[in-house]
Amino acid sequence: MSYLPDDVPAPDINADDAPFWDHVGQRRLTFQCCADCQYVQHPPTPFCPKCHSTRRNWIDAPEFGEVFTYTITHHPSHPSVKPSTPYNIVVVDYPELGHVRLISNMVDGNDIEIGMKVRLVWDEQGGRPMPRFERVVP
Amino acid sequence: MSRQVRGNGSAACIVGIGQTEYRKWGGFNDRTEFSLACEAVKNAADDSGIPLTEIDGFASFANDFNESQLLQLGLGTGPLRFSGAQWGGGGAGACGAVALAKMAVESGVAQNVVVVRGLAQGQRGRFGQFRAGRPFSNFMSPFGLFGPPQMLALFAMRYMKQYNVTAEHLARIVFNARAKAKQNPSAIFHHAPPLTLDAYLQSRWISEPFRLFDCTLETDGACALLVTTLERARDLRQPVVRILAAAQGGNAGWGNGAIGTHTQPFDEYTTGNHAGNAQHLYAESGVGPEDIRVAQVYDNFSLLPFFALEDYGFCARGEAAEFIASGGIDGAAPRLALNTSGGHLAEAYLHGLNHVVEATRQVRGESTNQVADADLCLAVSSLGIAPTSALILGRA
Repeated sequence: MSYLPDDVPAPDINADDAPFWDHVGQRRLTFQCCADCQYVQHPPTPFCPKCHSTRRNWIDAPEFGEVFTYTITHHPSHPSVKPSTPYNIVVVDYPELGHVRLISNMVDGNDIEIGMKVRLVWDEQGGRPMPRFERVVP
Repeated sequence: MSRQVRGNGSAACIVGIGQTEYRKWGGFNDRTEFSLACEAVKNAADDSGIPLTEIDGFASFANDFNESQLLQLGLGTGPLRFSGAQWGGGGAGACGAVALAKMAVESGVAQNVVVVRGLAQGQRGRFGQFRAGRPFSNFMSPFGLFGPPQMLALFAMRYMKQYNVTAEHLARIVFNARAKAKQNPSAIFHHAPPLTLDAYLQSRWISEPFRLFDCTLETDGACALLVTTLERARDLRQPVVRILAAAQGGNAGWGNGAIGTHTQPFDEYTTGNHAGNAQHLYAESGVGPEDIRVAQVYDNFSLLPFFALEDYGFCARGEAAEFIASGGIDGAAPRLALNTSGGHLAEAYLHGLNHVVEATRQVRGESTNQVADADLCLAVSSLGIAPTSALILGRA
């Protein structure tokens, strides 16, 4: 069973985002990385925001990240999540990649702290793999 | 942003304000959002004494369906010479729309420019809900991040943990808004029973750290302003309110900030993204935070005014809670009277334009919570997103 229901709105994929979601389909979490200056960028952009190169590569996310911020949502702002409330939303930060950040969820409960170390896990939602996180117990 | 290219007589002024009745969302079933917008414009024109036929420009901001050519037809205004809108998330552009009107009249492109916001969430859908097509929704919606209450909660959580801000600090903003609404007959919460700290703390969570009463009203209604030049304003009905300075913008790398992917620059994450606006406003107006004693700040969620206190230099970064706890915004003689109409938490939710209407009333001396000798008023549109905007109004 996935962390959020299968009928949560799925990504409406466009050409800039497509490689990200293709990789997700292969259970790879990747971020766009400039082939010229190695700046790591998320969400994907057509040009590198640092050096303006259009040569865009992709790098795999590290296994571990940390919770940058979070919320516990009690009010369903879409009917699909009614059975899931209260559920968490986290922003995961990768300090070693220049603080690139990803919005996701923790699959193992709402007891969350900012700065907490987390590990990437693969969930499945609406037939698609979804990158989510679990706590790393020190 | 704007320069006075044609001498002092061309300086922009707000000469008319207008509004409809404000009702809880869904409260107007027998009237369209468009008719509410038209009524607010008509009221602003009547307030100024400028005939509708002399209105030649419209300025607005994101999420607006009441487009200039429709208003022109619906109101019977004259030839259109200016029409423009600021991009970005709902509430960040209200002051930016006034900035556009200012540029239009000061440059001579148009003479009498209207800024209007009509909102009927009963007809158009509620902004707090999932809406298809929000920018970056691919990286938000699949994870259950659907609307501003959760988006701003993420932003608020990090700020509150970083600076030890508590629910009691947020409550102070909420109680201030309620107290101001008590004196404002137009406010939706004018007749609301008093809110106790217990009732506030026991109100249900929407998205932590926000409880129900930390969240904006949702309103059907409209309000409008009319902008013209000082030269013309001197011959009109109302006390002249100068737009001393106006700014819109935001720092590099923000994207949509807290209503997007939360990938704004690491060191700026817990700021309102108004530092550039503040610098510009103070330079253009020649006044500083020490001169300002009343401000109207976007408050769709109770934490947002904290960022304005810091970005506009009323206190240092991270010190807004202390400023508020020591009586800085409420009580008999606060350092900075805040949201004197009740704002979005207690007057009405019109995406920040009702804040500019109230700023105008303060400078005119007509607020129902009038600050004595308020010859300046700061208005600040939404924070933590981009592009943001702000104004300083002053007596001519």
